[in-house]
Amino acid sequence: MSRIKIKFQDLRSKNQKALITYVMAGFPSEKDTLSAVRGFVKGGADIIELGMPFSDPLADGPVIQHAGFQALQKGMNLDKFLSLVKKIRKETDLPLILMTYTNILYRHGYDKFISTVKNAGIDGLILPDMSINESKEFLQAAKKNKMDVIFLISPNTSPDRIKKIADSSSGFLYLVSIFGTTGGQQQFQNYTTHAIKNTKKLLGGKIPLGVGFGVSNPDQARFIIKSGADAIIVGSAFLRLMENTLAEKIENKIGQFTSSLKKSTIAE
Amino acid sequence: MKLKYPKNGKFGEFGGRYIPETLVPAVEELEQAYLKYKDDVEFKKELQYYLTQYAGRPTPLYLAKNLTKFAGGAKIYLKREDLLHGGAHKINNTLGQGLLAKRMKKKRIIAETGAGQHGVATAMACSVLGMNGEVYMGYKDTQRQKLNVFRMNLLGSKVHPVKEGTQTLKDAINEAIRDWITNVKSTYYLLGSAVGPHPYPVMVRDFQSVIGDEILVQMKKLEKKSPDSVVACVGGGSNAIGTFYPLIDEDTKMFGVEAGGEGIKSGHHSATLVGGSKGVLHGMLTYLLQDKEGQISETHSVSAGLDYPGVGPEHSYLKDAKRVKYDAVNDKEAIEAFLLLSKHEGIIPALESAHAIAYAIKIARNMPKSESIVVTLSGRGDKDVEEVGRYLSKNVKNKN
Repeated sequence: MSRIKIKFQDLRSKNQKALITYVMAGFPSEKDTLSAVRGFVKGGADIIELGMPFSDPLADGPVIQHAGFQALQKGMNLDKFLSLVKKIRKETDLPLILMTYTNILYRHGYDKFISTVKNAGIDGLILPDMSINESKEFLQAAKKNKMDVIFLISPNTSPDRIKKIADSSSGFLYLVSIFGTTGGQQQFQNYTTHAIKNTKKLLGGKIPLGVGFGVSNPDQARFIIKSGADAIIVGSAFLRLMENTLAEKIENKIGQFTSSLKKSTIAE
Repeated sequence: MKLKYPKNGKFGEFGGRYIPETLVPAVEELEQAYLKYKDDVEFKKELQYYLTQYAGRPTPLYLAKNLTKFAGGAKIYLKREDLLHGGAHKINNTLGQGLLAKRMKKKRIIAETGAGQHGVATAMACSVLGMNGEVYMGYKDTQRQKLNVFRMNLLGSKVHPVKEGTQTLKDAINEAIRDWITNVKSTYYLLGSAVGPHPYPVMVRDFQSVIGDEILVQMKKLEKKSPDSVVACVGGGSNAIGTFYPLIDEDTKMFGVEAGGEGIKSGHHSATLVGGSKGVLHGMLTYLLQDKEGQISETHSVSAGLDYPGVGPEHSYLKDAKRVKYDAVNDKEAIEAFLLLSKHEGIIPALESAHAIAYAIKIARNMPKSESIVVTLSGRGDKDVEEVGRYLSKNVKNKN
């Protein structure tokens, strides 16, 4: 069984939901990424998502875009990413998910890329521009390498399509909470609650449902969990915090913020 | 080998829909609307009305006698898309998509633009059809194409300068897609080139095919045969695919001319098909300019409209099928052709089209006088006068 599956089983037995925390690899430096990851672990994150920068991140808002450009300018690439993952793997056994864009995998070759990152310690992949309709080769390579594939759905995805996407997903299914890019900070509207409830009903417990995009504080996290999500995903809020924190304080600050978010995933 | 309407939105392996899930219902809705209206009598009648009465179709096929004499070979005909309202072929597509958006009851139109020609054509279509237009344009392009920014504003559209990434066309497309994701229900994305997720490459090609359709009719009248060769510039490739597609089954040699910038070897160019590799960008699988890690490269061209690291997926297919020959013309050659056509024919071409002119002169020399080349003059060059001035003064200084 995959690390992600085991983690969700374990949380269910403890009556907890999952906190998934995101950081961009190499932002603002590789050392700082490692500090942030230590903060995640210390603060009680359940799953860690690592962004690998792409020059044209069309599903991302300004915060992740900016972090990605900075990481690229400092030379982040597959080799550096792999060595970072290996360092992280020495410190934690938490599930690690890689989020990037399709072209990065296509360029290296789906099979080659997936087997390489799997060997380094990555458990799952999120590609916001990979549609199930184009995913045949990608899914074959993932299956061969026992890599979890987390597809995204949106509040406007039809019920039939949600079922199809869920059938192609493993680990969990990622519901984009809003119409927008990552890091949107508006108040959640009714359609988000409806989407969570309807999707949960459609999934019938077959696969956990994670919700992300625009979740940036404990109140919002609680709101999403109350609506029925099995996991919350927080990204841009961590990057904003890192931007405003001195390097030596990143681990602690991230740890504190992580733990404040983690509390909202534990039943009162 | 004429390509029929592609199944699953693919041209062989190229094309497709590599898009965030939020956009899937939007492109499906668009495809359904397009399939419903493309052969609809009323729709075609209305489009025809605007193309003739508003845009100025059909455009002349002009025998450039002086240029032909200068080249000293095959006859060179110019397909005068530069004479269209707005000064470029872009209006063929914006009127078509604008009328479609109206039938889809979308009131807000967004678009991207490189040189500003598609932005201007979008602003015109929005104005005449009574819709609100907003145009994303790379900050670098707003600086080198100020005149077009001013025109878009005059025409009632809002211009959003994009300061992310390389601040050119590709970043404008990224930002337009982000806007579309955010406002997916209310907004129609009016893409200007034969790129993006299916059905855009097919739809834009169909709206631009009026160019090739007219060439065929005009050549049969003028020369009693289809052209021996056609030449068009390729950035995203909309005027080129509109020129090529209706002639695919003819006995016509086809040449797509990309921007060679400072030369292919220099790495500073936008010649995607000549110097690129396969990849995924802006919703499609196609040839791209990218590094070995899969990061999209910074491109260069003196012409903002060709400054794009991708290309329409149908061109990728036609390259691999060897039906079209793709080649590059560098900045210097394009500028020379710009000056040449201005001087010999009294026609100031867009810098984009100047690439096609330069290439046509080259191949005309090696063709017999009995043969004919048609060059699609995709736009006029008023917008480029300043840029050419800057280029010339810089290069004169370098020489001294």
